[in-house]
Amino acid sequence: MDFWSTPLGWTLITAGGILLVTVGILISLAFLLLADRKIWAGVQMRKGPNVVGPFGLLQSFADFFKFVLKEIVVPAGADKVIFLLAPLLTFILAFIAWAAIPFAPGWVISDLNVGILYIFAISSLGVYGIIMGGWASNSKYPFLGSLRSAAQMVSYEVSIGLVIINVILLAGTMNLTQIVTQQGGWIWNWFAFGGGLATWPTIVVMFPMAIIFFISALAETNRPPFDLPEAESELVAGYQVEYSSTPYLLFMIGEYANIVFMCALISLLFFGGWHPGFPTDFLNDWPEFVANLFYFLVFFTKIIFWFAMIAMVKAFVPRYRYDQLMRLGWKIFLPTSLVAVVIVAAWRVFAVGA
Amino acid sequence: MLTGIAFYLLAAVAVVGGLMVVTAKNPVHSVLWLILTFFSSAGLFVLLGAEFLAMLLVVVYVGAVAVLFLFVVMMLDVDFVRLREGYARYLPLAAIVAGILLAEMIMISLVVVQGGAAANAVTPAVATTDMTNVEAIGRVLYTDYVYIFQAAGIVLLIAMIGAIVLTLRHKPNVKRQKAHDQVNRDRKTAVEVKGATTGAGVSAEDLI
Repeated sequence: MDFWSTPLGWTLITAGGILLVTVGILISLAFLLLADRKIWAGVQMRKGPNVVGPFGLLQSFADFFKFVLKEIVVPAGADKVIFLLAPLLTFILAFIAWAAIPFAPGWVISDLNVGILYIFAISSLGVYGIIMGGWASNSKYPFLGSLRSAAQMVSYEVSIGLVIINVILLAGTMNLTQIVTQQGGWIWNWFAFGGGLATWPTIVVMFPMAIIFFISALAETNRPPFDLPEAESELVAGYQVEYSSTPYLLFMIGEYANIVFMCALISLLFFGGWHPGFPTDFLNDWPEFVANLFYFLVFFTKIIFWFAMIAMVKAFVPRYRYDQLMRLGWKIFLPTSLVAVVIVAAWRVFAVGA
Repeated sequence: MLTGIAFYLLAAVAVVGGLMVVTAKNPVHSVLWLILTFFSSAGLFVLLGAEFLAMLLVVVYVGAVAVLFLFVVMMLDVDFVRLREGYARYLPLAAIVAGILLAEMIMISLVVVQGGAAANAVTPAVATTDMTNVEAIGRVLYTDYVYIFQAAGIVLLIAMIGAIVLTLRHKPNVKRQKAHDQVNRDRKTAVEVKGATTGAGVSAEDLI
């Protein structure tokens, strides 16, 4: 055990953890992407991908090889370095945000004291991949697409930030592990339902905040009904027009990793993280690893639930118009979440037992 | 050891990035180098144990301010040849300003070194044991410095209102989306029935 506390051991164990999380997410993504298409197909009463492998399970891998084996086309007037850096940046940023996500008690790469703020900082960087990609393509359509996309992401980040502040106020900490620990026990301890019997009246504020967070997450990750940056039936593909092959694949993976990340975040902040919604005292007798595995599976189920919700929104809801999108972000979500911050802060200061 | 490696790596990246900001030919590249410099500085803050400040630096400067920089620089129609023209002309002035700044920084560093770095270290206003630096900053900011903090907030608010007042113009002949009016439109106000008898035919002038 002594070896693991030396710098070398620490480096090895951290690198191992990072590798485990990254590979785990990549493999999950392959199947979540398929699930996305299957759910979409199901709503439209189609079969969806069903040719490659049993039930089409290997479809994502077939797509992967198709992307990787194609030629990388770099436009003649493009700024080569930035053109290729942009998808890499999107990809990397989508993955380093996972560093602060606790999957189960103690199963976290870096248990930061400012975990939420770190996540917020990293997700605010995501906009660079898009701006750089659109600009470096040296073409008007990607550039306009990237401006639209960037404006959208910046707008909805504001409301996400304010919603997160509500959770921080209620939890009194920015450490994600502690935030989840506070939501243990029965289901009414989840922050979406007010965060415990002592603070139950905040459900009036917190439940709408969970909904706002979900909708803002859709806009932040450029998912339908807010997929205006891509809007395949209106624009070509927004900032990705000039991208092909592996760079395009990196953009796609980065986008999906962000979506799954948002699913994880809404589970952690509002829906109890790894807590199943009832007291888990029976786990005390179990070995620690098995108990953690149980918690991890609960968390994983929640992520999949939210992913399914996001996939179904894609199938159900027609696309927003750009001015409606901006109106929703700035004129509805921003004031609402700002008022919510005031109410929750007042609750924390003046209410009994808070 | 790891901290040392991290420090030299981040510091080197920050310095190189800073140099590239001024030497890069393309303004967009300059802004991107600037972002790298901000990011490395945030890393240095983390090494100092000031993780809250580090994250704020990333959120505010990299996530918001630099995005606007990048927007402006990308939208500008920059003529690179003309941009380089003034280089020789402004060089002496820039050298003087940079020289003064450098001299000031060296003087401050010398004073600090002579006094001993520890001598100038202010004792923390609040006990920092078992307290995250978010909490520590919050306790000082909202008690001792609350009026200054509020004043800063008001200044920012005024700046924001000023920016809105300067840029918001409603031209009378431009049609705008008004969600409220559009939603409240009903058949009575939106549809007008013109008298057209069956089988008689209608000329276009009657309908106008």
